[in-house]
Amino acid sequence: MNAAEHMLPRSEPAQPLFSARDLTRLFGPEKGCQGVSFDLYPGEVLGIVGESGSGKSTLLSLLSGRCQPDRGTVTYRAMNGSQVDLYSASEAERRTLLRTEWGFVEQNPRDGLRMAVSAGANIGERLMAQGVRDYGRLRAAGINWLKQVEIDPLRIDDLPRTYSGGMQQRLQIARNLVSSPRLVFMDEPTGGLDVSVQARLLDLLRGLVRELDLAVVIVTHDLAVARLLADRLMVMRRSHVVEAGLTDQVLDDPQHPYSQLLVSSVLQP
Amino acid sequence: MTVHTQSGHAPDSGYNFAYLDEQTKRMIRRGLLKAVAVPGYQVPFGGREMPLPYGWGTGGMQLTAAILGSDDVLKVIDQGADDTTNAVSIRRFFARTAGVRTTTRTPEATVIQTRHRIPETALTGDQIMVYQVPIPEPLRFIEPSETETRTMHALGDYGVMHVKLYEDIATFGHIATSYAYPVTVDERYVMDPSPIPKFDNPKLHMSPALMLFGAGREKRLYAVPPYTRVVSLDFDDHPFAIQRWDECCAFCGSRDSYLDELIVDDAGSKRFVCSDTDYCMQRRDTAPASEENAP
Repeated sequence: MNAAEHMLPRSEPAQPLFSARDLTRLFGPEKGCQGVSFDLYPGEVLGIVGESGSGKSTLLSLLSGRCQPDRGTVTYRAMNGSQVDLYSASEAERRTLLRTEWGFVEQNPRDGLRMAVSAGANIGERLMAQGVRDYGRLRAAGINWLKQVEIDPLRIDDLPRTYSGGMQQRLQIARNLVSSPRLVFMDEPTGGLDVSVQARLLDLLRGLVRELDLAVVIVTHDLAVARLLADRLMVMRRSHVVEAGLTDQVLDDPQHPYSQLLVSSVLQP
Repeated sequence: MTVHTQSGHAPDSGYNFAYLDEQTKRMIRRGLLKAVAVPGYQVPFGGREMPLPYGWGTGGMQLTAAILGSDDVLKVIDQGADDTTNAVSIRRFFARTAGVRTTTRTPEATVIQTRHRIPETALTGDQIMVYQVPIPEPLRFIEPSETETRTMHALGDYGVMHVKLYEDIATFGHIATSYAYPVTVDERYVMDPSPIPKFDNPKLHMSPALMLFGAGREKRLYAVPPYTRVVSLDFDDHPFAIQRWDECCAFCGSRDSYLDELIVDDAGSKRFVCSDTDYCMQRRDTAPASEENAP
């Protein structure tokens, strides 16, 4: 982290990459999420933890512009320096964002991958959508990214359904990162994987996040994942953010009774 | 050329002109006007039951019925041939229900309904091509949701079209899609040119004839107006190329028409003949004897 900070040009005070203000979307009383505000800076990893039904995934769909909020705003500082108001932007702009400067890693890789086309095509899709019309380049990008996520490049022409769960998840990450996004949303990226595969994936993710200076919003119910990846944590319960702060601070010295319960309920092997 | 013009059937009474009722034809014409105004855009229309099954050309027939006038001369081809069952039946259907003249000769026709081919003979501005389309949606193979494909068309979100071509090259080493090869119409909409071989794709580009596409089951119609740019999708390092044959047509000796491969005996001997029967006949009529010895 320190090394990354040294590399950052510090000529101007850091501006937030992504700001949410008073985001609210309720499906019923305390169902959904309400009153969520935060700033996310370039290269920062924000973890959202909480129990099932606490509104984590709703919040993530709001942040990524997949659904409209009841109220609240999200602004994103685009690569060209302009401020994009996510909800007043056109559908076309949102889609362009989602496939260029943003990424979205689904909990279930089958939702995020095209299962009927090969791994190489999955990786190349974003580039093709951006207008790359050179097969050789797409191929090279595919091989490069398979290597980066530790998949044998010889499997570039295999269908994702012949991959194991962990490989599918890594392929999904590669598919998202190929367009060099600045901000990636992850919905339980390690859910459904066994512990050793989880550990490898987390290792990989941590490396990539630091290396590419990615800003990440990661939703998880696994505090170990949050501890390993996140710089900051938000604890959600019944649609509210009950506690927010630096990861170590929240996990080592939880203030809110629910955070205390959450931390104390983790099994210590 | 009376030989080629069929006039055996008197029009049946009891049907409205060209089978469909006038309100339906008006509805389809309104759709066609919109389709011509927005080249390549799929316009929904209220498809009617036709007296033959879906997949046999009901979409094309409804368009033909809507644009047919009593002075028109109709040609129907199926896989390039005028004498296949489907072509014969549809031609007879309109001869009976509309009493229009029919022909097999491309230059004489004013309306040409087709499945799978565009005639080799160059079309003129006085002609209208009507295509029978099974699946009008070029994005369907990768995106099953209609809502999603419509959004993708609206936003020009066509990255996935190249995914299909990428898969071809990754699997076969070249773009193996040989029919229904996707095209961009007027630099806007990606369109499925119906299952014509990609050999015919260049004929869509800047064609003087109006091209109308009708899908009966899917109830969609779309159009390419005359002199519209139609570009086949490809990669820079794998450019679009049409099929080529080393052989020439066994009947007329043509080297630049689309050839069908025929197995002629049990030993597997092959012959190649023009798929466009009318074109082949014309060549044989105009250039006798000399081509007779062609292989």
